[in-house]
Amino acid sequence: MTTVSMTVNGKKVSGDVEARTLLVEFIREHLRLTGTHVGCDTSQCGACTIHVDGISVKSCTMLAVQAEGAAIKTIEGVADADGTLHPMQAAFQENHGLQCGYCTPGMVMTALDIARRIPDVDSDTVRHELEGNLCRCTGYENIVKSIVAGAKSMQVEG
Amino acid sequence: MEKFGIGQPVRRVEDVRLVTGQGTYTDDYNLEGQAFSSFLRSPYAHANILSLDTNEATKSPGVIAIFTGKDVDADGMNDMPCMVAIKNLQGDPMYAPRRRPLVSDRVRFVGDLIAIVVAETSVQARDAVELIEIEYEELPSVVDTGKSLNSDAAQIWPEADGNLCVHFENKDRSEIEEIFRTAPKVAKVDLVNNRLIGSPMEPRVAIGDYDAISGTMILYAPSQGANRMHTTISKVFPLEPEKIRVISKDTGGGFGVRSKAYAELMMLMWAAKQLNQPVKWQGDRFESMVSDNHSRDNLTHAELALDTEGRALGLKIETIASVGAYLSEMGPGIPTYNGRRVTGTVYKIPSVYQSVKCAFSNTTPTDSYRGAGRPEAAFIMERLMDEAAEVMGLDPVEIRHLNFVPEEEFPYINSQNLEIDSGAFSETLSLALEKADWSGIDTRRAGSKKNGKLRGIGVGYFLESSGGRPQEEGRIRMEADGTATIMVGTFSHGQGHATAFRQIAHDTLGLPLDKMNFIDGGDTAVVSFGHGTGGSRSSQMGGMAVLLASKKVIVKGKAIASHLLQTGESKVEFANGVYTSTDSGASISISEVAIAAHDPDKLPDGMETGLDEKERYDRGELFNYPNGAHIAEVEVDPETGVVTVDRYSAVDDSGVIINPMLFHGQVHGAIAQGIGQALYEHTVYDDDTGQFLSGSFMDYCLPRASMIPDLNVGSNEVRCKTNELGVKGAGEGGCCGAPPAVVNAALDALKEIGVTDLAMPLTPMRVWQAIQAAK
Repeated sequence: MTTVSMTVNGKKVSGDVEARTLLVEFIREHLRLTGTHVGCDTSQCGACTIHVDGISVKSCTMLAVQAEGAAIKTIEGVADADGTLHPMQAAFQENHGLQCGYCTPGMVMTALDIARRIPDVDSDTVRHELEGNLCRCTGYENIVKSIVAGAKSMQVEG
Repeated sequence: MEKFGIGQPVRRVEDVRLVTGQGTYTDDYNLEGQAFSSFLRSPYAHANILSLDTNEATKSPGVIAIFTGKDVDADGMNDMPCMVAIKNLQGDPMYAPRRRPLVSDRVRFVGDLIAIVVAETSVQARDAVELIEIEYEELPSVVDTGKSLNSDAAQIWPEADGNLCVHFENKDRSEIEEIFRTAPKVAKVDLVNNRLIGSPMEPRVAIGDYDAISGTMILYAPSQGANRMHTTISKVFPLEPEKIRVISKDTGGGFGVRSKAYAELMMLMWAAKQLNQPVKWQGDRFESMVSDNHSRDNLTHAELALDTEGRALGLKIETIASVGAYLSEMGPGIPTYNGRRVTGTVYKIPSVYQSVKCAFSNTTPTDSYRGAGRPEAAFIMERLMDEAAEVMGLDPVEIRHLNFVPEEEFPYINSQNLEIDSGAFSETLSLALEKADWSGIDTRRAGSKKNGKLRGIGVGYFLESSGGRPQEEGRIRMEADGTATIMVGTFSHGQGHATAFRQIAHDTLGLPLDKMNFIDGGDTAVVSFGHGTGGSRSSQMGGMAVLLASKKVIVKGKAIASHLLQTGESKVEFANGVYTSTDSGASISISEVAIAAHDPDKLPDGMETGLDEKERYDRGELFNYPNGAHIAEVEVDPETGVVTVDRYSAVDDSGVIINPMLFHGQVHGAIAQGIGQALYEHTVYDDDTGQFLSGSFMDYCLPRASMIPDLNVGSNEVRCKTNELGVKGAGEGGCCGAPPAVVNAALDALKEIGVTDLAMPLTPMRVWQAIQAAK
C-alpha cells in the first residue's frame, strides 16, 4: 500500500492505495465521488473523464499514485457551491444533451476542456473533439448543440 | 399553464441531478456488510468440462465462497426460463433446451457461466477466478449463422436435430408459390442483418441481497422496469411475490438489453442467501459484450412479386435467425412473432409468406435490442423496394407511392391480420423528401464528383408496432399538502418520464410541475405492478394509465368539492385545476380539495379519507403503428471504400407528441444506432475456433460523434385512433429506417460502378472489395 495525496475539487485528500489502483477507482471507491463513471475497460468511452491540473484526462488511464500532488476536478466540483449550474451544465439541460446520463459527467468534463481551448468552437470541431467520448442514447446531435451553446455562454459570462 | 402541458418542449426535471454527478447508478452505492464477486466464464465456444478444482482459488486472499453448477443443482434451483413458445405450422413446439444458471458438464459459447467467486473485494474475487483449475475437452463449434443448419455443422443440442430450434411459418407456402409462378416481374434480395450488441454505456452491475427475517430475495440492478425483472426471477425462485424485491435506481441505458433478468443476477441473489450477506458484482465492458444478449443476426432471402405496373402481388421471406446457444427470455420470439407483426410494413401486399428457421449456434443468445424484429422487417422491405424499382425501371420514390397503403383504407388490416389504425405514408414520405432536398441531389452529386467522391441518396420507410405488453397501471395519490404523487409501472432509463408523465398529469389535473412528484416502477415494493419500458410502450401504456388515474381523481375530487362548495355535484365544473360552482361562482383548487380530503371533518358523511386513485389500463389486442420516412445521403470514397453519411433527414409519425424535445432525442438516438448497424457495428466470431472477437469498444465499433451527421428530423403527427392520448411510440423508428436508408444510398452511389449488393456493416474493406470486384 502507498499513501497518495492530492487536491480534489479544492479539498486536500489522501488515502492508501495498491500500486495497481486506478485513479478512477480512487475517486469512486475511496473518495466516494461517484459522479465519475466507468463505461469500458479500454479507455474508449470517456465516461471517467476528469481534469488533472486543468487538463481533461480519462481517469482510467492513470494510476492513483501518478496523481500524487495533482489538482483534480471531477463533475461534483463543476457547479457553484450553492448548486447553481455551470453554464456548460445548464447548456446540457437546455439542449437536451443527455438521456440516461451515464456518459454525461465525462461529456461535460470534456466539453469544458474543449471550451477552454477553443472558446468559439463550432459544431464540426466539437464532433471531432468528442472522439474520446461515447454516448449510446443521444445520437450526439444534442450533445454537440449543448457544447457549442455552453462554450458560447461561458464567453458571455466570462 | 399550457407551457407545461402535452406538446411542449419542457426541459427535463431529472437533468440537474445527472449533470452534477448526483445520479445513483447501481455501482454508485454499497450495502452494509457487502461482499464482491466475479464469475468464471467459458473461454471456449464448445467444450466438455472434464474437471473443476476450486481448492487453490478458495485459499486465495479474501475469498469467502466459491459456488459452481454442482451447488446450484444440489439446491434444486430452477432453470433460466424462455418466456415464449413458438410453434411450427404443424403445431409442434420449438426445442427449448434447459439452461442452468451455472453449467457443470458442457460449455456452449464463449462467456457461458461456470462459477461465481465471492470475496471481500472485487479485485480479490477476480484474482481468485483465475486460480480455479478447470480442464476442458474442446469440441467442434459452429458460430456462423449461415452454416449452423448445415448437415456437417457441430451439433449443440442432441435433441435439436441439425441445430433447428423451430421452423416458423406464418402460413402454408402453396399460395405464395402460385402467385410467383404467374407474376410478371420478381425482385429478389439476399440480406445479412448483422449481429449487434446493444451496449448501454453502463456495464453489467448488480447487488444481490437477502433479508433472512422476512425471507426476501432482493436484487439491486439497472433495469427497464423492476416488475419486468420480478416476473423472470419468480420463475427461477418460485416464491410468494412479496418475497422477491427488485430495486433499480438510475439505469445507464437499456435498449432492450437491460430488460432481461440474466443468470448472473440469479446467482447474486442466491449467493447472498447462502452467505446471508449482500454480494455485489461489478461487471466490466468485456462481460457486457460477451454476456448481454446479442441481437439481429438474420440471413434472409426475400422476393417480391410484381404486376406489370410495379404493384406488389406477393412477398416471400425466408430467414435463418440465430438464437445463440440457449434461448433467452424472448429469444426466438423476436424474429418470428415480434417481426411478423409488421412484415410487409407500409405496403399493400395481397399475400405474404414468411419462413423463419431459428437456429442454435455456439454464440451468445440473442434477444431484443431496439426495434426487435421491426428493423429486420423494414430492412427486408426497403431493400426489396429499391430492387423492385430497379427491376421495373421506376424511381425508388415512385414505386413506394404506388404501393403504400392509401390513407382512405385505414383502419387497414395488414397481411398478418392486424389492424393498423392510422397513417399518412405518402404525405410523410413527401415531407421527408422535401426536408432532404431530394430533388437537389444531382447538384450535390456533381459537387462530390469534382472531389473524387461518389454520392448517393436512399429511402428507408418503416412501420413499427409499439405498445409491448397490453396492461399498465397508473396511480395518482393526492397528498395532504395538496401536491400529487404520480406512480406508474413503466421505468425511465433515459427517456425522461419524470418530465413527460408530469406533463400528461398537468394537462388533466392542472397542477404546476413542481407540485407533482413522480415515482416509477423502479422498486417492486413501492410500485408492485407494471411491465416496465420497452417497445416504445411507455407513452401509450404508462401515459394512458396516468391519464385515466388523473381523471378518476377529478371525479372523486368533485364529490368533495361539491360538499365544500355546498352545491350539487352536477353544478360543479372542473377546469385548469379548479372546481367552480356554476351557481355561486365560488371555487376551490384541486390542491385545496386534496388537503380537505385528508380531514374527515371536511368530507361528506361516510366518505373515506384520502384522494388516491389507481387505474389499470388494458389496451387489448391493439398495437399502435408509428412509421416514418428516413432519407440518408452518403459519400463514398472509391479509393478507400469509406462511406460517410453526409446528410440525414427523417419525418416520423409518432402520433401526438407529448414533448417534442424528448421525441427528437429518441429519434436522434435510434438513427445513430441504425447508422451504427449499417456502417460500423458488427459482432465477430472466429469461424475456426468459435472465439468471440468483439470483446471491447476497440473491437466493436460504436458510432462516435464524428461518424454521425447533423440529423434533420421532423414529425407528421397523425393522431393514433386507438388510445385517448393519440400517441404512438417513438423510440424504435431510427433503428428501423436508418439501415435501409444508408445501404440504399450507398448502392445508389455505387450504381455507376456496377456494385449491386453490399452486406452490412458497410466497412471500408467490404466496400473497397465490392468496387474492385465490379471493376
